[in-house]
Amino acid sequence: MSWETVIGLEVHVQLATNSKLFSGSATAFGAEPNTQASIYDLALPGTLPVMNEEVLRMAVSFGLAVDAEIGKRSVFDRKNYFYPDLPKGYQITQLEFPTVGRGSLKIQLEDGSEKTIGITRAHIEEDAGKSLHEDFQGMSGIDLNRAGTPLLEIVSDPDLRNAKEAVAYLKKLHSIILYLGISDGNMSQGSMRCDANVSVRKKGATEFGTRTEIKNVNSFKFVEKAINYEVQRQIELIEDGGRVVQETRLYDSDKDETRSMRSKEVANDYRYFPEPDLLPVIIDEEYIAAVRATLPELPAARCARFVSEYALSIYDADVLTSDRAMADFFEAVVTLCGDAKLSANWVTVDLLGLLNRSDLSISESPIKPEQLGTMIARIKDNTISGKLAKTVFEALADGETDVDQIIESRGLKQVTDSGAIEKLVDDVIAANPDQVAQYRAGKDAVFGFFVGQAMKISKGKANPAQLNELLRNKLKAD
Amino acid sequence: MLSKTVAELAGALTRKEVSARELTQAYLDRIHQLNPALNAYVTITAEQALAQADAADARRAQGNAGPLTGIPIAHKDIFCTRGVLTACGSHMLHNFIAPYDACVVERLEQAGAVMLGKTNMDEFAMGSSNETSWFGPVRNPWDQARVPGGSSGGSAAAVAASLCAMATGTDTGGSIRQPASFCGLTGLKPTYGRVSRWGMIAFASSLDQAGPLTRSAEDAALMMNAIAGTDQRDSTCLELPFEDFTAQLNQPLNGLRIGLPREHFTKDLNPAVQAILQEAIRQLEILGATFKEVTLPNNYLSVPAYYVIAPAEASANLSRFDGVRFGYRCANPANLDDLYKRSRGEGFGDEVKRRIMVGTYALSAGYYDAYYIKAQKIRRLIKQDFDLAFNDVDLILGPTSPHTAFKLGEKVSDPVTMYLEDIYTIAVNLAGLPGMSLPAGMLNGLPIGMQLVGPSLSESRLLNVAHQFQKSTDWHTQRPEV
Repeated sequence: MSWETVIGLEVHVQLATNSKLFSGSATAFGAEPNTQASIYDLALPGTLPVMNEEVLRMAVSFGLAVDAEIGKRSVFDRKNYFYPDLPKGYQITQLEFPTVGRGSLKIQLEDGSEKTIGITRAHIEEDAGKSLHEDFQGMSGIDLNRAGTPLLEIVSDPDLRNAKEAVAYLKKLHSIILYLGISDGNMSQGSMRCDANVSVRKKGATEFGTRTEIKNVNSFKFVEKAINYEVQRQIELIEDGGRVVQETRLYDSDKDETRSMRSKEVANDYRYFPEPDLLPVIIDEEYIAAVRATLPELPAARCARFVSEYALSIYDADVLTSDRAMADFFEAVVTLCGDAKLSANWVTVDLLGLLNRSDLSISESPIKPEQLGTMIARIKDNTISGKLAKTVFEALADGETDVDQIIESRGLKQVTDSGAIEKLVDDVIAANPDQVAQYRAGKDAVFGFFVGQAMKISKGKANPAQLNELLRNKLKAD
Repeated sequence: MLSKTVAELAGALTRKEVSARELTQAYLDRIHQLNPALNAYVTITAEQALAQADAADARRAQGNAGPLTGIPIAHKDIFCTRGVLTACGSHMLHNFIAPYDACVVERLEQAGAVMLGKTNMDEFAMGSSNETSWFGPVRNPWDQARVPGGSSGGSAAAVAASLCAMATGTDTGGSIRQPASFCGLTGLKPTYGRVSRWGMIAFASSLDQAGPLTRSAEDAALMMNAIAGTDQRDSTCLELPFEDFTAQLNQPLNGLRIGLPREHFTKDLNPAVQAILQEAIRQLEILGATFKEVTLPNNYLSVPAYYVIAPAEASANLSRFDGVRFGYRCANPANLDDLYKRSRGEGFGDEVKRRIMVGTYALSAGYYDAYYIKAQKIRRLIKQDFDLAFNDVDLILGPTSPHTAFKLGEKVSDPVTMYLEDIYTIAVNLAGLPGMSLPAGMLNGLPIGMQLVGPSLSESRLLNVAHQFQKSTDWHTQRPEV
């Protein structure tokens, strides 16, 4: 039987404000427990929330980045439940009137096509604190540093059809958020957390199957694995005559499985109602226009520009623009060397390969744009060959800094003197009579052998174009 | 001396007939003498009061005293006070000492008022008789077998018994006005948003409003000058320029149009109370006011609507009292559930539990639309009734309470009868309007108040009318013999 998977994602993004959503406490990660908790965060009686305007700006900028409707009147609500890390006994969130309404974004599929994923809404809410269950001799500790940190919860439509699409969507969101600078997007520190709603149905069915919600999956890789596991589990369950239960499941990355956390059938009744301590937030066109004016060029627009301005393939442009820092790096290289194609190749193949191998981000790259740009410029002006440039690249990766000095000290300068190359060619032809005979008998493939021999003797320094030309002429002429 | 108005005491302080320290000491002495019987104060801050009094005397000597500098005040125990117990009438907060002052407390301190202590109140301001307090009931100084009203019963009793010169109260459904009526005081509930709620323990956030309990309208105006005004810490606090609430006190009442709600003057109103109101009306006519009937057709729905909205908000507001971070915690909790259930079960009194349950029910899935949403619709209709009435009249006059102070224990076992205590006052909170109660007469040796309600932000006008009435009557000068 053929099955179709339906996935919707709820992504919590911790907004990178200096202070909390409703109090002046700092939001820095990793401080000593409860050193960033004010009397409001502790929910001492009589304290009241005051909205951090920066949060609103960030939410609106996200909304504009995904072409969403901006709620002209957003309303905060109380979501009531008891838990020790929720000091007020309710979370302030937005239920009916979120700041960001319906929007969408495009993802690139593996076959190169694009797919539009609907964004249902994105609402502002406060984070809870943390319960610490270790090191307290059978008791629990509460750390309220995170309590009240602003979150943007971005809810997608159930438009995703497999784990790869889910990851592509998540990466696209991640990219937009970093472009906007509204979050550090660090998944391992919880700045971006993903819950996946997953269900399966028979191909062609119009009704959705019963879904499960996989909570707090904290890396792109785990999102993919968790969804794949869950899809397989559901299909097997149904094919064995069972029934999927609507519930929350936790992904265990050590065992690579999801397991039941609690059943939604006995779930809390959150008793939402409008937060009387806060007035509705009124957003006018003027405000929206002001936020729009501050938006940076976003990945989709930048990708399109890279294709038209630099004549890059859509694939290369997409790789380069998915990360704002990467795109900035690339453009700095192009400015220096003037060759977009070469720059794209060096950045996407060599530099990305290097970064991946050493698990570094682009901002941590040991090679700076100035260096890579200079190096490519030396290829362009025939100082070095593309092949020997790899040696320069390796040296830069190992911490050397001056491109010209690397070329000089290692003697990598290309030989372009036609007399010298001619002698080289003569020597190679003289030393390999058998191969010359083969070539002249029509075996063109042997040509590469001569090039190889010449390069070997010149230690790769012979200018390849000159070498090729002279070789062909000499082999023909004799 | 102790039963004088704030305005009179300020004069005496200015003329150096008395020092703030002497005045404070005299009140403290009277508190020690009478409070054991009245139970108006739950905390007395004698040492701090004398220090504040000395500071006030020094300030007066430097020539930068305001009218409240050196005037002894009592704060309802719902206002957080730095370093001083704030229990809110509850076992739940029997050990809670806030590290901050409420905005109202802070502003009165800046004005130089001397805090004598914290006054008893219904638990979390839930009650109309001050009988739900964990600290026991307050006695009405006019008749100690009777209640002082609630929830600001301790503040009202303290002012009436001359245990302070003025007091703060809060009013969610009548908790300033009804005790003012029962104790023969002037009490003002300002427009919602006039006074910051910061540091005031929330009962029902969309209804709660702090205000003065005083011996005269002029005193209430002086207190309003200190406590009203924008506060960035309360998002619902209105941004308004400073208003001098004493400025219009002496305006003549010529041309004043007063509405009498048909729904308030029915056979349900005690005839003796009605007669007293008629006499007050006659007096205001002499002063230049004209009267006409108005209608508030949805007023009868105010009590049921209130008893959905207020408990709904309270059910969430009181969730923070969970035994985890402060306040009462049960002994030896077995686990988290046990900690919650017993801390809240043992920490809250019956009336608070009742309202938490009602509110939780009203917000539950499946009932939310039928109760909460419907109550909000009624709330809008009630507001609309007032708006329409104020097209024709400048303000509305009626009873504050259907009767004089009732006996302790008389109604405490019947919540619905108790809830109906606020039948005339609750609509004003739902509509967010300013309302005040001022003494209108005496009935069998007990004071009875009348209520004035005005449009949004009309406090100065209300105070003006009350002041003019008080200039021509002496009901507000009556004092109980304690």
